[in-house]
Amino acid sequence: MNKIFELPLYPYARHADQDAATPARRRVVVIGAGPVGLAAAIDLGMQGIEVVVIDDNDKVSFGSRAICFAKRTLEIADRLGLGAPLVEKGVQWNVGKVFFDTRKVYEFNLLPEDGHRRPAFINLQQYYIEDHLVARLRALEAEGAPVSIRGGSRVSAIEDHADHVALTVSTPEGPYVLEADWVIACDGANSPTRQAMGLDFVGRVFEDNFLIADVIMDAEFPTERWFWFDPPFNRGQSALLHKQPDGVWRIDLQLGWDIDKDHEKKPENVIPRLKAMLGDDVDFSLEWVSIYTFQCRRMEKFRHNRVIFAGDSAHQVSPFGARGANSGLQDVDNLCWKLALVIKGAAPDSLLDSYDAERIHGADENILNSSRSTDFITPKSEISRVFRDAVLDLSEHHAFARPLVNSGRLSMPCRYDTSGLNGVDALPGGPDRTRPGAPCPDAPVGNGFLLDHLRQGFTLLGLNTDVADVNAGGIAARALPLRASGALVQRYLGGAESAVYLIRPDQHVAARWAAFDATAVRAALRRATGQA
Amino acid sequence: MDLILTPNLQKADDAYAALLAAHDGLTKAQSDALNARLILILINHIGDPQVLTQALEAAKPRA
Repeated sequence: MNKIFELPLYPYARHADQDAATPARRRVVVIGAGPVGLAAAIDLGMQGIEVVVIDDNDKVSFGSRAICFAKRTLEIADRLGLGAPLVEKGVQWNVGKVFFDTRKVYEFNLLPEDGHRRPAFINLQQYYIEDHLVARLRALEAEGAPVSIRGGSRVSAIEDHADHVALTVSTPEGPYVLEADWVIACDGANSPTRQAMGLDFVGRVFEDNFLIADVIMDAEFPTERWFWFDPPFNRGQSALLHKQPDGVWRIDLQLGWDIDKDHEKKPENVIPRLKAMLGDDVDFSLEWVSIYTFQCRRMEKFRHNRVIFAGDSAHQVSPFGARGANSGLQDVDNLCWKLALVIKGAAPDSLLDSYDAERIHGADENILNSSRSTDFITPKSEISRVFRDAVLDLSEHHAFARPLVNSGRLSMPCRYDTSGLNGVDALPGGPDRTRPGAPCPDAPVGNGFLLDHLRQGFTLLGLNTDVADVNAGGIAARALPLRASGALVQRYLGGAESAVYLIRPDQHVAARWAAFDATAVRAALRRATGQA
Repeated sequence: MDLILTPNLQKADDAYAALLAAHDGLTKAQSDALNARLILILINHIGDPQVLTQALEAAKPRA
C-alpha cells in the first residue's frame, strides 16, 4: 500500500482564531483541500490575497480518483508554479485503442501539435496532484504569502451576512466562529456547503455502476488507453485499462445498475473479474477498489453573493472525457484573478458574475459531451444499442464511422465565445483559434514558450508592431512586443502582417487588433475587468 | 439543399426489391443491425445536417 495515503500533511493544530474574543475576519476562506481548493488558495496567495483553507481531513485523497490531466490543466499548473514536477512524474500517452467483442475496431492518436511546452495529456493519480499542491502552498507560506491550511476542521454552519460570511468551524477541540469576506466552496460533488445553503443541484442520474480498481502489476501492456465495448470478460458491458505512474494500472469495469455494491467490492469477487480480463498468468495486487455511480448536473448559479462554488461542488459530469478535475482547475483559473481584482478594489464585484456566465458555459459543454459519451457507452434502449453496435461494426471497415465512436470526448479548454468580457475582434485574417474568448495556444518563443510570458496580470502582446503598457482604472496591461515566427505566425497572425492581443490573466484572449491604439486597448481592458 | 420528397428513383421497384433482398434469411436482430448500418451509411453520404433534420422530421410517426 502506498504510504502517501497515510501521511497526515496538515494535521489539526489549534489556531489563535479559536481563542479570539470576537470572531476573526479573513479575506478568503476556501472550503475543501482537494485539487480545486488547493489550486484556488495558491492562485490567490500568489496575488497577495489572504486565504485560509479548511478541510475536515488532513491527508491526500485515498485511491487514484482523477487520473487524466489535460494540457490546459498543466499550463494552469505552470502558472501556479508546479507544472514541471507533475509532468515529470506523470505518464504521457497519445494512443487510444477501442475494442468491440474480441476485435480491435479503431485506434486514435492524440497527435500532439508541435510547439507546446506541455503534452496533450498525462496520467497521474489525484493524490500526487494534491501532494504537489500542498507542497506548493507550504512553500508560498514559507516565502511569506498569506496562505494557510487548517486540517481536522469542518465547516458545520454557514451564514451570509451580505457584507461577509460567518462560518462555524468544528474542530477536535470544539467549534469556533470564523468570518470571511469571501468563501470559495470546493467541497466536492456532495458539497456540505451547498446542502447547508439549501441550493439546487439538478441534472440526470445515470443508472449504472462502475468498479474501479488500481492494480499494481508488471505487465506488457503498452502506455495506451484501451477501451472495450462488450468484451468476452465483461459481457454486455464496457472496460477501460489505463497506465499510471509506479506500475499502477487503472481498470474500470462497468457492472450495470442492479448490483450489490458491498458484495462486488470484496476482493474475492473483484480478483476473478480482473483475472478474466488480464489472464491467469499475470501477477497483480490490488491497491484500491471502489464502485461509483455518477450524475451529470450543475447548480443553477455558481456565485451566491459572497459564497462561490468551484469544481465538483458546482458541477458534476460522468468520468468519460476527463472533464471533472480538469474543468475544476479551469474554474480556479477563471475565478481567482477576478476575485483578486475585486478584493483589491480595482474592479466592481459584478465582475464575479462573469465567472458564473463563463464557467456555466464551460459546465454545460462538459455535461453535454460527457452525457453523450455515457449514452454511447451505456445504451439506454434496445434501439440505441443496435445503433451503437452498428457504429462499432462499421468503424472496423469504414473511416466514416470512426468519429461516431464515443468512449469519451477528451477535455479541451473552453472558449468563452459569448462572454460579456470579450472586446472587439479587429484582426482581419486572424486565426479562428485565437479569436476573443479563446485560450491562448502555446508557441515557442526564444528558448522558451509564449505562455511563460503570460503568467502575471493582463498582457498586451504586440506581434511585429510596437505596443506600450496601458492602464485602465488602476489595472495595467503589460506590453510584450515580439517578432513573430513559426508557430506564433500560424497561431496568432494567420493572414495578418501584425497583431495586437489583449490577453487576460487566465491566458484567454480578450480582444485583438491589427495595430496598437491605446484608446481602443483601454476600452477593451475596462470591458474585460467589468468596468464598462 | 432541401430533402427530396418527390420521386427520385429511376427504377423504384428494383430499389425496393434490393432492400428486401438484403434482409433475406436474416433474423430480426440481424435485420435490425443491417438497417442501423444502412441508416448510418446513408446519413454520412447525405452529410448536410439540414437535409438530415428534414428527413428525421419527415420520418416521424404522424399523430
